[in-house]
Amino acid sequence: MTSLEELSNIASQVRRDILRMVTKAKSGHPGGSLSSTDILTALFFRVMDHDPATWTRQTAGQDAFLLSAGHLAPALYSVLARAGYFPVSELATLRDFGSRLQGHPSTEHELPGIILPSGSLGQGLSAAAGIALAKRLDGDPHRVFVLCGDGESEEGQIWEAAMFAAHQGLDRLVAMTDWNGQQIDGRVEDVAGLDALEEKWTAFGWNVVVADGHDFESILQAFGIACAAGNGKPTMILFKTEMGHGVDFMAGTHQWHGKAPSEEQCAAALAQLKETLGDY
Amino acid sequence: MKKYIDTGKTDTRSGFGAGLLEAGRKDGKIVAMAADLRDSVKMGAFAKEFPERFFQCGIAEANMIGAAAGLAVSGKTVFVGSFAEFVTGRVYDQIRQELGYGHTNVKIASSHAGLTLGEDGATHQTMEDIALMRAIPGMVVINAADYNQTKAATLAAAEHFGPVYLRFGRPARPNFTDPDAPFTIGKADVMTEGSDVTVVACGHMVWEALQAAETLEAEGVSAEVINMATIKPLDGETLAASAAKTRAVVVAEEHNAAGGLGEAVAACLADRCPVPVAFVSGGDRFGQSGTPAGLLAAYGLDAAGIRAAALRVLARK
Repeated sequence: MTSLEELSNIASQVRRDILRMVTKAKSGHPGGSLSSTDILTALFFRVMDHDPATWTRQTAGQDAFLLSAGHLAPALYSVLARAGYFPVSELATLRDFGSRLQGHPSTEHELPGIILPSGSLGQGLSAAAGIALAKRLDGDPHRVFVLCGDGESEEGQIWEAAMFAAHQGLDRLVAMTDWNGQQIDGRVEDVAGLDALEEKWTAFGWNVVVADGHDFESILQAFGIACAAGNGKPTMILFKTEMGHGVDFMAGTHQWHGKAPSEEQCAAALAQLKETLGDY
Repeated sequence: MKKYIDTGKTDTRSGFGAGLLEAGRKDGKIVAMAADLRDSVKMGAFAKEFPERFFQCGIAEANMIGAAAGLAVSGKTVFVGSFAEFVTGRVYDQIRQELGYGHTNVKIASSHAGLTLGEDGATHQTMEDIALMRAIPGMVVINAADYNQTKAATLAAAEHFGPVYLRFGRPARPNFTDPDAPFTIGKADVMTEGSDVTVVACGHMVWEALQAAETLEAEGVSAEVINMATIKPLDGETLAASAAKTRAVVVAEEHNAAGGLGEAVAACLADRCPVPVAFVSGGDRFGQSGTPAGLLAAYGLDAAGIRAAALRVLARK
């Protein structure tokens, strides 16, 4: 079992990967990738029952993961590569013409680990509910995990899916919100006033867990509660996070939502993050 | 010319319902989803016989498309159903990303398409859906002629891997195609052979085209009628061969001009066999309340409109 220290080391390497990928591509979304890094690291290296060697889009006999907030692709690509879904050397091709690492997750390019495309927001929770329905029909007890953004939760379809999953009693569905409080145009509370998330999800009939998305003990405890639920309700984990977490000049601001650092900025950022597994 | 007999008026949506039930009996992987219009889109019999394989989604079409993608990628063959407008225009981006780009095995059962939805009026009468669905890479687009062919097309869609847009209608209309004919996606049917003009039609317009051909025959004009039930991929072979023979083409559809069967046929002919083409369509208009038959007549989407278009295009030969 991956220890807390090992998780922390993996996350540091993932953050380095994200910064180097986005810098080379000269575009991409570092802010949310850095805020969701610890959640994704815990999921793929400790929580999920999955096997990269036998994985298919159908995820039969495995847990499934969907990235609803597709712009967090750099974080997902790094975690998938580090978990063994494809060679880490391929991370250098992010956003290149012909790369399997499209700007947003694509299935057309058949990158292992990607079940459905995402990028146009608000759609992944519905798809995750569909996968959970299929697993229930097939008697497959595995879980479906899906990561959404808090800004993304301004999409009406998220709340359609919230009603549907609760009505269907999909208690093998675990949704997560990367609650970093930022979106492209500013703070979420200033842009659209999306507050009271805990109350909203509770009112929609979900189990709700609130956790610190940068503390592995808190993250694992939240997943423990979510996976033990089994009470006929889906579970939403609201992970309180910080956009740009791990790099002092990127942290806590929407300015780095969708902007690549310069070579100099990247070097300054990398100086703050330990190379633990070897850069790709 | 070959004559067709109306064996009893019925709605094409019931052809879909019968096809879905038969497909569901043959294949346990088939599931169906509705957005509060289960019985209107004729999913009721399937839902009754296979309650565990039917999912009621409520009035939330976007979620229905997304959940369908999730079921499909997990190995199910998924039929989602609603009125044509609500399962195309309302959810275009969901269809594009999760069904088209994701190439998932979802069949969009699109009922009450076109003007013949009738009295509810333009909010519910989409005349743009074929254009939207044709624009999505890899999407198969089908609008069968009658009950029998819609049932056969539903069975064919169930066996085809990938997204399919299956368009059908609300009112009782003549049922005239062979009930035992299998449906081949991408293959047009030459309903009756002729030498002076080709009439290409889909959906409810096929019967009107056959009626127009009978009138034209009495007037000394030999019309060849092609039932282009698969609009995408278009059967360019059958179309070009007919156009090369008749040198004049009419296209009739219960859809607006932009992006419909007419433009698909015109693009194909421009490339393979440039001949004069006349269009029978809704033009660039919205629908309105009225009876199905009354609306078709008012918009010129009937045998009389097709005959007039044939005479126009013959004058340009």
